[in-house]
Amino acid sequence: MSFRDRLKETRAKASDGFRGGKLMSSIFRPGSPFRKGYVDSPRNRSYVVMNNVLYHLHPVKVKRHGVRLSYTLCLGGLSFFLFIVLTITGIWLMFYFRPTELAYVDIQNLQTTIAFGSLVRNMHRWGAHLMVLVVFLHMSRVFYHGAYKAPREFNWVIGVILLLLTLLLSFTGYLLPWDQLAIWAVTVGGNMAGYVPVVGAQVKFGLFAGLEATTATLLRFYVLHVLFFPFIIVIFMAVHFWRVRKDGGISGPL
Amino acid sequence: MVDIPEHLLQRSAEARAKALGISVEQAMAEMKGQSDPTIISKEPEVKVIDETPAPAAETPAPAAETVTPVKEEHAAETTEKVAAVKIEEKAPAAKTPPPAKADAPDEVDFAPDVKVTQRLLTVVKAKPIQKPVKEPIDKVNTWPHLMLPEFVALMAMTAFLIFLSAILQAPLLEEANPNVTPNPAKAPWYFLGLQEMLSYWDPQIAGVMIPTVVGLILWMAFPYIDRNPETHPSKRKFAIMFYTFFLAGAGTLTIIGVLFRGPGWNWVYPWIDGIWFDDLLDWIHFE
Repeated sequence: MSFRDRLKETRAKASDGFRGGKLMSSIFRPGSPFRKGYVDSPRNRSYVVMNNVLYHLHPVKVKRHGVRLSYTLCLGGLSFFLFIVLTITGIWLMFYFRPTELAYVDIQNLQTTIAFGSLVRNMHRWGAHLMVLVVFLHMSRVFYHGAYKAPREFNWVIGVILLLLTLLLSFTGYLLPWDQLAIWAVTVGGNMAGYVPVVGAQVKFGLFAGLEATTATLLRFYVLHVLFFPFIIVIFMAVHFWRVRKDGGISGPL
Repeated sequence: MVDIPEHLLQRSAEARAKALGISVEQAMAEMKGQSDPTIISKEPEVKVIDETPAPAAETPAPAAETVTPVKEEHAAETTEKVAAVKIEEKAPAAKTPPPAKADAPDEVDFAPDVKVTQRLLTVVKAKPIQKPVKEPIDKVNTWPHLMLPEFVALMAMTAFLIFLSAILQAPLLEEANPNVTPNPAKAPWYFLGLQEMLSYWDPQIAGVMIPTVVGLILWMAFPYIDRNPETHPSKRKFAIMFYTFFLAGAGTLTIIGVLFRGPGWNWVYPWIDGIWFDDLLDWIHFE
């Protein structure tokens, strides 16, 4: 036996010992590909999903036609993924941002002095635009497939609420850089809310925390953006995903 | 040709092999027509075929039987009519010879040199007494058939987003100043269709009625309004048309709002007067 073969064998033994050890067995549940002795069998394929946190998101089996990329274009999954990307980059940005009159300086510093600051800010901004677009395309895909029909009517309603929340998240985030683009876009948007009959003035006052966009508005939008709307949207997303499964998975082939 | 299940063929071949004293493989090949049938020298069993023609009168017998209850049901005056029918039905049957007589010599083919003791004529597939409530659905394992494509899509999206962020700088103008109003002041792009509508109509209609009533309430209630259960596009042309018009309208308004509106919300041409939308400046100039 050559030295190389011996080395290979030693390595395989060590790997098996580690993967079959108590630590890895405690982390990965039976059927995980990371465990020792995983073989590609129908039973293990089921276990990968069933014995995993993924089981809360995916069933063990899905309709064959739904796996075709051309049916969903992965738009729903990508909406969710973009939300995760935005959460991660958003938390990172929170380390360097104060929603006060210092906001603008913080953004300038982020772009010029902090490592990867500019990249992460760009990812957050373009990701947000992309999410609005992808959520809208997802809705269009669902409409053209007639996937909102019984028994999925209510999930469509939740989906429209999710689109609305996406727009609100994007809109509240728009103010945070505290530059001329932000303040005037939000002023225009807030003024639209002022046209609501009867309670228009009150809605506008509540939105701006005053009569016009000030740093008080900035703080208000910040809290809505980083805490309130994400909290609400996660709840609606949970119901949305749960209903997808309870209503029989993806809508049938056309 | 009925597709015969393999296990039935196998069973049949075994029986044939046993009867003829040949190997199972040979029997199977014969049954599939891949080799000539085995001939055995045993005397053929003489089959006795009754060639005496069936009496003509027997053929219409069922007809007569069916007529009888009619006769009983009806009153006495119909008896003559029924009798006439009886005779009429008997007549053609009596004229034409029974088909069994004419065809019998051709059909009785003893095939004297091929002594097949038995063969598989047909397979009657067993059907369950109870009908299953739900047809089984064609499904595949989520792992790996769904999760791998999903993973690839996530990676592609991440790569695309990082690439975009590397080449396009997010806008950052001068610090916010409530005293200096830019001209034009534009909302985020997804609200620009709405802002464009505001320039046509009263804000009560364009800014409130259309977004809330049409955009939200109608949109949410859509599955409850559209009661057509069909999902194929050819069977829901109105819905498809409706949504496509909506898409085209919203898209046109948004594009006009983003690119074709300049100072004072006046019409501009982006290739002549430039882009009046700061959020997308970097997309166009690529600096």
